[in-house]
Amino acid sequence: MPYVVERKPLTLAERFYLPQIFAGMRVTLKHLFAPNVTLQYPGASVGIPPGYRGVPTLVKDPNGREKCVSCQLCEFVCPPKAIRITPGEIPTDAPTAHVEKAPQEFQIDMLRCIYCGLCQEVCPEEAIFLQNQYSMTGYTRAEMVNNKAKLYELGGTLPDQHHKWDKKKAAAEHGNAH
Amino acid sequence: MNAVIQLWSGLHPLLQMAIKGLCVIGVLFPIGGACSLVERKISAWMQGRPGPNRAIPFWFAWVPVVGPLLQRLGVFHLMADGGKMFLKEDPVPGHVNKFYFVLAPVVAMIPALTTVTVVPFGAYLDDAGKLVPLVLANLDVGILAVFAVSSLGVYSLILAGWASNSKYPFLGGVRASAQLISYELSMTLAVLPVFLWVNAPGATGTLNLFAVVQAQSGSGLSWHSLWFIFYMPVAALVFLVSLFAETNRLPFDMAEGEADLVGGFHTEYGSLKWGLFFVAEYGHMTVGSGVFILLFLGGWNPLPGLPLADLAAWLHLTHLPIVVGLLSIAIFLAKVLFFIFVFMWVRWTVPRFRYDQIMKLGWQKLLPLAIGNLIVYAIAIAIHQLQLGLLAWVGLAAGVVIAALAALALSPGKTTV
Repeated sequence: MPYVVERKPLTLAERFYLPQIFAGMRVTLKHLFAPNVTLQYPGASVGIPPGYRGVPTLVKDPNGREKCVSCQLCEFVCPPKAIRITPGEIPTDAPTAHVEKAPQEFQIDMLRCIYCGLCQEVCPEEAIFLQNQYSMTGYTRAEMVNNKAKLYELGGTLPDQHHKWDKKKAAAEHGNAH
Repeated sequence: MNAVIQLWSGLHPLLQMAIKGLCVIGVLFPIGGACSLVERKISAWMQGRPGPNRAIPFWFAWVPVVGPLLQRLGVFHLMADGGKMFLKEDPVPGHVNKFYFVLAPVVAMIPALTTVTVVPFGAYLDDAGKLVPLVLANLDVGILAVFAVSSLGVYSLILAGWASNSKYPFLGGVRASAQLISYELSMTLAVLPVFLWVNAPGATGTLNLFAVVQAQSGSGLSWHSLWFIFYMPVAALVFLVSLFAETNRLPFDMAEGEADLVGGFHTEYGSLKWGLFFVAEYGHMTVGSGVFILLFLGGWNPLPGLPLADLAAWLHLTHLPIVVGLLSIAIFLAKVLFFIFVFMWVRWTVPRFRYDQIMKLGWQKLLPLAIGNLIVYAIAIAIHQLQLGLLAWVGLAAGVVIAALAALALSPGKTTV
């Protein structure tokens, strides 16, 4: 609702102007001795809140196996098309042969990424997470593309206890394959 | 110490003058430079920032406690800035009038460094126990010389603004000239009561600044020992406000006006030429504060009622003229530095006035106030010196009250300044 701000005529003290200036000087003097509020960023940083969505990374499970099965859902859902996956087979003689697939190469272009978190939301294997890393820099465009090795280095291990593929393997060995 | 004095007395007078002059410039110039750093630091602290605190030469970083402390105080930024100012390219824009463009910063420096010659900055006791001022040129015209030379400083702004051949500098120069002319009047009128008081009728008249300080150097509880700010507060106020305007400091920095005029008169300047303007502004501030202190705040006297001579006698220093001289210079410089701090303090407190507000304040408020102040003090001093008695004082007080009430009733209350 519109209302009228009443402009009162200046009081005698206000018309002399000096009391107002002295009051202002008292305020600035107080600020002269008040502690600084500047955060000296590269040296100190604000704490990262839980649930922070930083750079997307790939994680491994407690057995040290990569969780991604290169289903490419994140690649399809990614709004700016920052993710590119080259799917690959797992050799049959590998110890992780019971897992369906693994990415041969996994690239996230951090010049395109908008940190929306849809990749994390869509991932059926809980393999991709937006974690605490927030500062990505590089001298070339190529440097700004995170490849698979870099993504796992950033991601680390997710201490979950699902062991989905181990259970599946055990079930298959007991003749109960899905 | 006597050998030093003898060596000094043996020198040619011209050589003595040159050394003295270089010493004074050698103090004034670094103060101007250091002020730029202090300004940055104080503005930062008032705004809740740490301010410049990064630069440090790598070999100084090894010094344990002092190194980091100086780094946090930003002392090395001063040297880095100065070095940058000297070494960077000095472009002269193609559209300027080259001769006057180069002349302007020089014209800015000359009055800033010249006014200091007539400003006494200390005193010592000679063998006869008489106070002798420390001053480059103890002129009898004193304050007149300060006003005459310091108002030449405005020429540099006009020259810079005009020679830049660009609209914002030109506007800055024009504003500066109008503003300085307006406030010069009030400033001069505010000083007159002081000299009316200092010069008793019949005695030899003088405009010497040393005489003004002597008039404030009474010891103990006497009328004579009060500093002039205590019985001429209005004159001191008008002088101080005009001083802010004369030195182009906020809230009166019309000549620069970063917000509306880019950089005002120095928009087209860079590198050392710009730095000279900067140092000249701080030089003006230093000399202006010095004059204010001499006129109204007792010069080198530490406290009202405790003059320098008494302090020296109390500390048993009367036979050491060099020590007394250094002590007086220290007291005077401390007051000057405090006033420079006040300049900065006000800068970050009061926002800039609009141009019409500045003109209104100068012509409609300060000038009448200065004239009224002069009349009142002229009458008061006449009453005092002619011993006209209590009735005259009552009459004067009644006149002042009636004039003040009339001024308040007649002035429009809605104006903001």
